Amino acid sequence: MNLRRDVFQAIADPTRRAILLLVATQSMTAGAIASNFDTARPTVSKHLQILTECELLEQQQNGREIYYLINAKKMKEVADFIEPFRKMWDDRFNKLETIMKKYKTNK
Amino acid sequence: MEQKTTVTAEDGKQEIVITREFDLPLELLFRAYTDPEIVEQWMGTKVLTLENKNHGSWKFQTADAQGKVLFQATGVIHSFIPNQKITRTFEMENAPFGVQLEFLEFEKLTDDTSKLNMQTVYRSVAERDKILQLGLSQGVNMAHSRLQAVVGKLK
Repeated sequence: MNLRRDVFQAIADPTRRAILLLVATQSMTAGAIASNFDTARPTVSKHLQILTECELLEQQQNGREIYYLINAKKMKEVADFIEPFRKMWDDRFNKLETIMKKYKTNK
Repeated sequence: MEQKTTVTAEDGKQEIVITREFDLPLELLFRAYTDPEIVEQWMGTKVLTLENKNHGSWKFQTADAQGKVLFQATGVIHSFIPNQKITRTFEMENAPFGVQLEFLEFEKLTDDTSKLNMQTVYRSVAERDKILQLGLSQGVNMAHSRLQAVVGKLK
């Protein structure tokens, strides 16, 4: 329960969403990630820590460097959480639209 | 492709915001929410009561071929402003969720397009998260009962 709330907190923040987008294409070091933001380095570190704690990011040791990479499985879990709900409403609204278009032409 | 329906559920907030743009004039979109026969078609449930006025009440129900009630939801329409806004409560009976407060705002975009903004407020963050999680299973269940009812008639 707690973990899931943390995941929501993680993706609610725009900087953290931007970090996830960055790392989505390639694994990067904290320094490389921070160079993409105007934010102070410690702030970026804090964001990375939160993302790692709730398992959206994984750390990989490569020599002396630590690379961050996205945890695809966890990301999918989060997307799946809202997506079915969105899909249900989308289907419902599509139906509404179809019905009302017919209603319009019949008039 | 841009998604027509968006759902926003920010962390720590006890609300869900759903927005959708329709290829429909505002008046037709609003009618889809107020004409009981049309509501029945797109919501897939029977409309027993729908009083479109301030302090009016509403009641939706889905029953199987034997008349057994599968789904029933009720609420009151707190305020009703034609082609603009409906504020209402919603509560599903025999379900582990409490009452929710809905703000439906209808907006004209062009002569042929319109937008719906639906803000739903839940009693707690935990309750909202539960609703989000169960969104799918409920939708599927309702569609399933509908299918059963249709198939039942064919027999």
